[in-house]
Formats: sequence, C-alpha cells, structure tokens
Amino acid sequence: MLTKKRKVYLDHAATTPVREEVLLAMMPYFTERFANPSGIYADALEVRRDVDKARNSIANILQTQGECIIFTSGGTESCNTALFGVAYKNEANGKHIITTKLEHHAVLHPIQKLEKEGFEVTYLTPDKFGYVSAKQVREALREDTVLVSIMYANNEIGTILPIAEIGKEIIKWRKEKNTKYPYFHTDACQAGGVLDISVEKLHVDLLTLNASKLYGPKGIGLLYKRRGVQMEQMLYGGGQEMKFRAGTENVPGIIGFAKALELAQKEKDEENGRLIELRNYFYERIQKEIPKVKLNGALLKESDTRLPNNLNVSILDIEGEAILLYLDEYGIMTSTGSACTADSLDPSHVLLSCSLPYEYAHGSLRFTLGRENTKADIDYVMEHLPGIVEKLRKISPVTLSDDPGKNVHPKYHQR
Amino acid sequence: MTDGAAIRGNDGSKWLYTDIVKDHFFNPRNILYHGEEKDFQADAQGRVGSPACGDEMVIWLKIDPKKEKITECKWQTFGCGSAIASTSVLSVMLTENGGMNLEEALKIRPQDIMDRLGGLPARKIHCSVLGDKALQAAINDWFRKTGQHERVITEGSKIVDTEHNITEKDVEEAVLDGARDIEDVLKKLQIKKVESEVEHTLEQLIRFYTEKYFG
Repeated sequence: MLTKKRKVYLDHAATTPVREEVLLAMMPYFTERFANPSGIYADALEVRRDVDKARNSIANILQTQGECIIFTSGGTESCNTALFGVAYKNEANGKHIITTKLEHHAVLHPIQKLEKEGFEVTYLTPDKFGYVSAKQVREALREDTVLVSIMYANNEIGTILPIAEIGKEIIKWRKEKNTKYPYFHTDACQAGGVLDISVEKLHVDLLTLNASKLYGPKGIGLLYKRRGVQMEQMLYGGGQEMKFRAGTENVPGIIGFAKALELAQKEKDEENGRLIELRNYFYERIQKEIPKVKLNGALLKESDTRLPNNLNVSILDIEGEAILLYLDEYGIMTSTGSACTADSLDPSHVLLSCSLPYEYAHGSLRFTLGRENTKADIDYVMEHLPGIVEKLRKISPVTLSDDPGKNVHPKYHQR
Repeated sequence: MTDGAAIRGNDGSKWLYTDIVKDHFFNPRNILYHGEEKDFQADAQGRVGSPACGDEMVIWLKIDPKKEKITECKWQTFGCGSAIASTSVLSVMLTENGGMNLEEALKIRPQDIMDRLGGLPARKIHCSVLGDKALQAAINDWFRKTGQHERVITEGSKIVDTEHNITEKDVEEAVLDGARDIEDVLKKLQIKKVESEVEHTLEQLIRFYTEKYFG
C-alpha cells in the first residue's frame, strides 16, 4: 500500500511556490486576456493597460517611475543585462569593475567574461560573516571604475550587505570627482520579499529582482534602471520594454510578479518576525541535539545583517550530499554547499570566500524557511536529522576539530 | 526505499543513482564503526583523500598469508552517496566467494567498481577511483609489513629508492598524512633504514611537499 510521504520544503532560497492569490490573478491572462499588448484593438489595449498598472505598482514599491522598470525573464537575465549593458556602453570612460567574491554566478560569470575581454576587476573579500563594508568599496574605487555590482543579500549564508551605505559612498565619490561613474548595480533577488527595496533609500542605479523567490511565478524578473544610466540593449527585435528588452511581454508573469511583490512587501514585517523565531528555534535544537556543528554566516541575533529565513550550518566529519540523500528519504528538501551537488569539485565559492576551510564547507547544509513552514516541520526534521548525522559519523574516518587551526590535513584541494 | 534521491546539477541536468548505489548507500556492507578500529586487528590498512577534498576513505584488510587471500575487508568513508556506495561494493567484491587473492584484487579497476554499481553519473566517477586507490594503498601496506618491498606498486610515480621501492608518491602521501621528517616517513613506510644518498633525496622531497601543502 502506498502511503503519502510527508514533505517538508526548506529550500526557499532556491525557489518558492506560487501563492494562490498570485495564481488567481494570473489565470485570466493565459486565456481570455491573451492579446499581445502591442496590438491596437480594444482587447490588446486592455492588456497593455494591465501591464502598465502592474509596472506602476512595482515602481511604487521601488519608489521610482514605471519607465524605469524593465521586465526580463528573471534574475539571471537582469544581472547579465545590467553588467554587459553598462560595461559595453561605457567602456570608453573606464574599464574597472568592483564586485564581491560572494556574488551569485549570474553576476560572477558575466564579470569573468568581461575580465577576459580586457576589463579589470576588483573582487572584494568578505569577512568571515560574509559581510563587505562600504569602506572596502570606497577604498577600491578608482577614476576608471565604471561599475560596482554588489548583492543585497546572499543566497547561501543570508548575509545582508550595506547597500544604502555603499550607495552613499559612491554618490560622495561622484560629487568629489565630478563624474557620473561608477554606476551601482545590486542583485536583490534574495531580498525582494523580505527587505526594503526602495531604490531611493538604497541609492542604486540598477537593481535586479525576480518573482520566483517571493512566491511569484518563474520566468519573470526585472531590472530597475535609473533614468540617465547609459546601457546597451541585449535583445533586439520589436523594441518592447523601452527598447531595452525586445520580445512579447510575459503578461501573466508580469501580473503575477506585481501581485506577489505587493503581498510580500505588505506582509514582510510580520512574516519576518515569525521566520526569525522559527529559524532560531531550529538552530537551538540543532545545537542541543547534534554535537560539532558550526554556524555559517552572520550571527542569528543580528537581524540587520542576516535574512530571517536563512540557516546555514556545517556538520563536521560528514559530507553534505550524503546528508541530503538521507533527508530526501524522509521527504525533507534542502541544499548543501558541498562540491558533490555542483559541477565543479570545489565546494561553495561563497563559503570559501568567507574563509571557511574546505573540510567544513563540504559538510554544509543550507535550510531556507518559508511561508508554509511551521514548528511541526522543524520538529519533524529534528526527529530524523540527529540520527542521520550519527549514522554517517559512525562510518566516517574523519574526526575534525572545532578549531580549524588544529586540523592538520592539507589546505589545498587535491583534484 | 522510494525512488527519491534525485540530485540535480547546476547545469540543470538531473540524474539518479541506480538502485544498487542507493542500496549500498543506505545499507552499507562491511563497515568498521568508529571506535572499533583497534579491536579489528587488521593486517593492512590504506587511507586516501582528505576531508578538504571532499572524500576520505580507509580500507582495512585481513589477509591469509599462506594463500594471500583477503579474508575480511572493512572500511570507513567520508564522502557523498557514491563514495560511500563504491567503497561498500568494493568490500563485497573483495570478500565474496571465499575472498579474492591479492593479485586478482590488484587487477580491480575503477570501471569494475562502477559496473557493479550499475553505473555512476559522469561527475561521480572520481569516487570509484578513490576506492581503487585505497585498496592499492592497503595492499602496499601489506607488502611492506611482510618485507616484500619489491612487490610494492609504484605505478605512475618516480622511484627514489630501488631497494625498498619508495616512490615520490609515497613521500607525498606520508607528508599529507602528517610526516614531517625522515624518521616519520620511514616509520610510515615500515622501513628501518635507507642509504645515505636516498636519505638526502627524501629530505628534499619532504621539504618540498611540506611547503607545497602546509606552507
């Protein structure tokens, strides 16, 4: 007899389910309101009006105007557009870019490509909590810096970076040097549903956001571009999105994105408080019931510098993928920074950038909580996790010290 | 067990472990549990990898000296699902049907381990290579313990002492395993004394590897 397996989803930094209200708002745009907003008949004009309404509603939340919102296919496209678009359009004015070592690959890989093409890049190193300060950015600024790209909140360890402070430093620099450079882009994909995303307060010129991390649909994102920022277009064609992103609008996606963002921003204070409490309860139980666990990222009590739903721990002496396989057998879904689920044999670049030793990074687990999680879910995980850890430790030849200095195996990476 | 356990790569490709891999992962055979190492009284031991690399394996063997047969094989593995499963299946291959003799055991290739597992995803192949290396290290340990230095496998590495078949790789592994001077290295290789010329070479190599990995 088949019994339905209990499922506990703890991977909300990867993606979130679409909220019922969001789905309902989207539905008509698949069928009766299917018209292409570029048409000139009544049905098309109605759809155009609804798209503009959604654009303006998002613009209100970002404290900007609708014309500054460019809809894209998601966070990756927005980051690529911002980085390549600004770099290529402005390279005559300087070829230096500043970013951090803990960005998402959607930022790092385009920047690495630009580096190969002759741009110079400064990669700022975070401290052990994953924090990069405005002072570090200030010190890295050069007369030929055209672009600074720094994430708002990190997807793996949940560290929140001081975007507003960095933005202020950059404005100060521009005034002192009487220049319009550098432009400042932030990847806010992990922050959209949780933090204040007013571009006025953040002092950013470009901001990337997507819907699939805030209970909206996949396949829709946006790039905020301040008026006056010079940027090349990436897609050529019908000239949609103020000519910056050709292609028929993803109308249901846009409608869903606006609805999801509106709900998330409205509910964020209450939900953040609930998630912090739940997350802290989870960590307390882990600490009590599993020996030799290290917290990765900012301290949990520092809610200004850590996302409310993020818990990242290293469980020493065992490997992350092995833990995931066991958890999956109990219907628990989460992720690891271990090399084993990635293409490369290196563990997470984020954990390594925070100076976490390789042997700790291989045993890392990332739990990211969300709207539907309850205390009962955490209790269910804690019914199984300590036993899984014990079982894997019994078959592991490794006994690491809590003190990284005492682990004498080689520092290098063999393969 | 259900048919879960799907692990997805960053490139979006999805792959599943075979049922054999999952069986060996969830029900590993021939484990030597933490703390039982001394009581087992192994005749030979081989350790490869490091937690920093994401995999570390130890294989313990009991060997019938007359027939040169592996009578027991125990192991411990730090690593992902396929690393654990490949050590488990290797231990079965070595001990089934009354045990394998050493010459046969040395012929086991990573491909044989993978075949027994019903295949591994491409990016997991190194996990089975590691099992093969741990076995070779354990058998070399046996050859040294029984004074059969001429039989030590030196494949793919430069020999620095022809009398005992010490290779650069042996020195490298001894250093990785914590050796810092010539005494440490010889102790690990179970050799009492080497010629003074060889000593000089060994010292240089120890310095080189210590600096490379721990400098």
